[in-house]
Amino acid sequence: MREAKAVPVWPVLRQLLGPDRSGRGAAARSRRTQELQARVVEADKVVKSVCPYCAVGCGQNVYVKDGRVIQIEGDPDSPVSRGRLCPKGSASLQLTTLPTRAQKVLYRRPGAADWEEIDLDRAMDMVADRVIRTRRETWQWDTEDGHRVRRTLGIASLGGATLDNEENYLMKKLYTALGAVQIENQARI
Amino acid sequence: MGFFTDTSICIGCKACEVACKEWNQVPEDGLNFTGMSYDNTQGLGADTWRHVAFIEQPRRLGAQQVDLHHEGDGQFRWLMSSDVCKHCTQAGCLDVCPTGALFRTEFGTVVVQEDVCNGCGYCIPACPFGVIDQRKGDGRAWKCTLCYDRLKADMEPACAKACPTKSIQFGPLEELRTRAAGRVEELHQRGVSEARLYGHDPDDGVGGAGAMFLLLDEPEVYGLPPDPVVSTRQLPDMWRRAAVSALGLAGAVAVAFLGTRR
Amino acid sequence: MAECHPVGFQWVMEAKQRGATIIHVDPRFTRTSAVADIHVPLRAGSDIAFLGGIINYVIENEKWFRDYVLAYTNASFILNEEYRDTEDLDGLFSGWDEESRSYDQEKWQYEGTETQSAAGQRKKGAENEQENEQENGDSGGAGSRAGGPEGAARSQSHGSGGPSLRTHRPERDDSLQHPLCVFQVLKRHFARYTPEMVERVCGVPQDAFLRVCETLTANSGRERTTAFCYAVGWTQHSVGVQYIRTASILQLLLGNIGRPGGGIMALRGHASIQGSTDIPTLFNILPGYLPMPHAGVDTDLDTYIEGEAAAQGYWANMAAYFTSLARAWWGEAATADNDYCFDYLPRLTGSHSTYETVYAQLDGTCKGYFIVGENPAVGSANARMQRLGMANLDWLVVRDFFPIESATWWKDGPEIASGELRTEDIATEVFFFPAAAHTEKSGSFTNTQRMLQWHHQAVEPTGAVRSELWFYFHLGRIIRQKLAGSTDPMDAPLRDLVWDYPTSGALAEPSAEAVLAEINGHDAQGEPLSAYTELKDDGSTACGCWIYCGVYAEGENQAARRKPGQDQSWVAPEWGWAWPANRRILYNRASADPEGKPWSERKAYVWWDEGAGRWTGHDVPDFQEDKPPWYRSPEEARGPDAIEGDDPFIMQGDGKGWLFAPSGLADGPLPTHYEPQDSPVSNPLYPQQRNPARQIMPSRRENLYHPSAGEAGAEVFPYVATTYRLTEHHTAGGMSRWLPYLSELQPEMFCEVSPELAREAGLEHGGWATIISARQAIEARVMVTDRMAPLAVGGRTVHQIGLPYHWGANGYSTGDGANELAHLALDPNVHIQEVKAFTVDIRPGRRPDGAARLDLLRQYQERAGITLETGKGRS
Repeated sequence: MREAKAVPVWPVLRQLLGPDRSGRGAAARSRRTQELQARVVEADKVVKSVCPYCAVGCGQNVYVKDGRVIQIEGDPDSPVSRGRLCPKGSASLQLTTLPTRAQKVLYRRPGAADWEEIDLDRAMDMVADRVIRTRRETWQWDTEDGHRVRRTLGIASLGGATLDNEENYLMKKLYTALGAVQIENQARI
Repeated sequence: MGFFTDTSICIGCKACEVACKEWNQVPEDGLNFTGMSYDNTQGLGADTWRHVAFIEQPRRLGAQQVDLHHEGDGQFRWLMSSDVCKHCTQAGCLDVCPTGALFRTEFGTVVVQEDVCNGCGYCIPACPFGVIDQRKGDGRAWKCTLCYDRLKADMEPACAKACPTKSIQFGPLEELRTRAAGRVEELHQRGVSEARLYGHDPDDGVGGAGAMFLLLDEPEVYGLPPDPVVSTRQLPDMWRRAAVSALGLAGAVAVAFLGTRR
Repeated sequence: MAECHPVGFQWVMEAKQRGATIIHVDPRFTRTSAVADIHVPLRAGSDIAFLGGIINYVIENEKWFRDYVLAYTNASFILNEEYRDTEDLDGLFSGWDEESRSYDQEKWQYEGTETQSAAGQRKKGAENEQENEQENGDSGGAGSRAGGPEGAARSQSHGSGGPSLRTHRPERDDSLQHPLCVFQVLKRHFARYTPEMVERVCGVPQDAFLRVCETLTANSGRERTTAFCYAVGWTQHSVGVQYIRTASILQLLLGNIGRPGGGIMALRGHASIQGSTDIPTLFNILPGYLPMPHAGVDTDLDTYIEGEAAAQGYWANMAAYFTSLARAWWGEAATADNDYCFDYLPRLTGSHSTYETVYAQLDGTCKGYFIVGENPAVGSANARMQRLGMANLDWLVVRDFFPIESATWWKDGPEIASGELRTEDIATEVFFFPAAAHTEKSGSFTNTQRMLQWHHQAVEPTGAVRSELWFYFHLGRIIRQKLAGSTDPMDAPLRDLVWDYPTSGALAEPSAEAVLAEINGHDAQGEPLSAYTELKDDGSTACGCWIYCGVYAEGENQAARRKPGQDQSWVAPEWGWAWPANRRILYNRASADPEGKPWSERKAYVWWDEGAGRWTGHDVPDFQEDKPPWYRSPEEARGPDAIEGDDPFIMQGDGKGWLFAPSGLADGPLPTHYEPQDSPVSNPLYPQQRNPARQIMPSRRENLYHPSAGEAGAEVFPYVATTYRLTEHHTAGGMSRWLPYLSELQPEMFCEVSPELAREAGLEHGGWATIISARQAIEARVMVTDRMAPLAVGGRTVHQIGLPYHWGANGYSTGDGANELAHLALDPNVHIQEVKAFTVDIRPGRRPDGAARLDLLRQYQERAGITLETGKGRS
């Protein structure tokens, strides 16, 4: 920055007074160019992460500034990936920061032609009510031939394999306590 | 500093295209199913600064064993190559730029300054590779900066960093030239006799490129000019002759310019 | 691998640089083929014949690794006289029951032994009629543990080790000459898989096949190893598990298991798909591959443990694993007096896989459905049926980044366009919740090498975006709150559930690290456990997933370890944490010879240190550390003590690698080439056309099968279709089709065809094609390419059509979905759909829209004479 101020602002003067007499090098640099720096340099923190796409498990460095992700790139320390990323991994900045990403809870009433936006807390409450209701309505203590099953076949789940282990763990734990057995995953598919 | 792109180990994943766009925030280039093998971005342009070409040929690659049972001998090879701005030693774009928007960096690379470019477009025909391009709706000229901002921070360019197989390598040109020559020799020994370098010769028509390539076929096959010559090759001589009169004018211009600033 | 795992492929390219030979066997010439040394195109669905041919070559030419095979496999074990091979029974094994369309695995046993997973025996004991949700009697109902899909429900629980033998050591013949020893049986089974037969079945010329055999065998042995990598190209078949079995047999014969540079590597396509089976959201298993209990069989804890636990090996400690899980879930409520809440577990009656769930939705049994980071309307086979199932629900919850096809079908799905469904008639309530990305939450992924890696939260999610951890924790909290006053015994498992994770921040995000600590487990004093060997069956330990025990050893998050790769050994043991016990190569005891010395210096990995009296090496030994190579087990030994000093396969009851699987598979102890459900080729090897035990779904108009070769109407669907992924997209598109930077790279659905097929079918490069099955008609842009090879199979030409399956109607890049075309005929072991090989027709031009699309479908069904029974026979 200090250096930038020391050179004349006027390009022709820079050209005539500096070493770049042809005006195609240093003399041509604009203020913006002088001050330009890699945005990761300004990051508040670099967070260690893992690519969310396939199962190679490439290391990622997530650069954060002002509470926003400003860049994601490969972590050179990773013995798996050595800092490299494929096109999908390289697109994870767009994946996570795309303005078109859904931000609101949407609800479609029976028979309705379109979505309506609803509040997250209300939606959670509604889903909880439906789980309780369906579970009660479809509860099965025994099969017709008298074998204990203690379950509901009324509630099913299909979970993605890009979820965290901890998330899958809570899912299986809660569903099992609810007596739901049709709990499935991309791992089947 | 520059690139060495070893196309013999390119897997055509296009990580370079995406990593470039993410870092440089280059706009999307349109959705076009081209049918040109797996190439849907078609070539370098204002909105594509790295471009992977895919070439399907009914020919054998070195000692590779392939038989796809088509009529003829069933031989086949699929060449892939990631193209980029050559950052020429004698850069036509830079030479013709009337605004000083293009400049040569301290790393020897050629960069457009988006705050200076006025969209005159002179640079576009001056590029023997057809790299630099005007962005629609913006008018200014855009191309690879060889991640100038990253180089300043001692980081390698985004494409080279992402490249999964290190087909794209970044480093000092002399070092890359040595590595590239060694690689060609190695491939020749392995029976890939068609391996050759492109853009490595400092005596070529652009004074040597800042981006050299190891190709497995003629440059034209990859959409590269076989013998690129910069249109402004004679420019230094012309400049020398013009220098005297230019200096004479300079003083007057300076006074006038300072006057308007006030 | 270059296509779908480019960054993992860097190691392949590096190996190539150092002289390794890369062989790529694939119906298509892909980006992997482009840089391979050898590419071999083969007919989709014929890999068992190809690999079986190599097995035959290895045996015939004495290329197998004798010392390894004798010591470490069951080659010398003698089978019971009752055993009959497919060579004796025209493509069936002994034990076939025509009525239930399943095998009695008792007929595959070693002489003088019985194994446990042989459900038949326990089925009889339970004296139950099958409840039979499936047609053809191929489902185990209440009261059975195996048989058809039920056996499958069982076989997947072997994810961390094989089924066990409840017996002393089987009889063996170390000369390998006994006609009923495994080696001789194997030799006879594959004897007809000659190079000529490989050519007839796979369309691979003999010289190309022999080149692969020679390269493979020249690079296996003491000094060299060969690795196999595969992905869903091997699994998504009606005989998929047996594809992997064939590779396992081959690698065992060549001595390539448990050694550096060897192995069989499943290249998994989702960040934590390995984790999703280890800590499953799967119907048939609990965390750590503990089986879900079966109605009428697992009546109490003792019966369950007795039925499922092994006598020998580490599965003998299953009671400790289960009890610790129950203590993690139900805490103090789980006591010895109440069987550690065993009764709180819901029971299975047959298969409840995602495809049966679709049937349950159509039948009206299943009324509520959660879809979490998944897009079945695009990604699951017979996508149309998936949507029709959803249209019959009371309520549907979808959580994703974008409004995917599975969330919006009720207003813009193909069935609305065709008039099959009317939006106003669809009574399903739909909730869409925006999901958090990996940068917005902390947690661990388990990669394809069983390694857990922690990702730290970088930023807070915005708007109503939340993690799944948040969603399920708070959903559970609200439900428990609402039921707090209930005294209904059905609510007891919820009331007693340990559900008290600490939360933080304005969003009240639960602590993922607290969940990981629970998964790792603790002792009676609450101290973190460091290894699963510390688990007890007396309720004094709690552990949410026994194979992950140690991931939070010393109270440290071992999955978050990030010692730079360049600062540690090439095995990089201090980066992340791999189960079990941070071992990076499984069964690595096999990297040393029976005496404990490396097979060669070049391939040294783990060895016995005589001076120190323990196993040591580059990796954590996958063996009891101080058990010497010469240890022999007493006759009465149980559990790990029964594993001898030269038994590397410690999770197997007999400590051996199984060339022959006497138990655990629903469709045979040895892999056998069967044709896909829909095939234009008659099985050249056996009169039995298809896998007899394959899982056929109940008859419905939405899921019609095609006639196969030799049946009337087969010619209506003359081409083989195979689905796959492209580098530029991710599965059903939810994480790629909305992204401009990925969409522009592959902007549209296309199909890949050879120039020969293009000529035959009148297709124009860059134009449109309509691809039709009995399930659906889709359209795609045409890519005519030499990369697709017509194959000569049994005197005729077989054309194959390549179909990437990423597309759907929503998103930035759109197109028809390839999975619309696929049927539901499933692998009987793991219930995976057969989307890698099925038949279709292709014609130029775009598909009709609206009702005309259905008309076209009906025309084809009629022309092929398809009924509800087509393709459902045993053969």
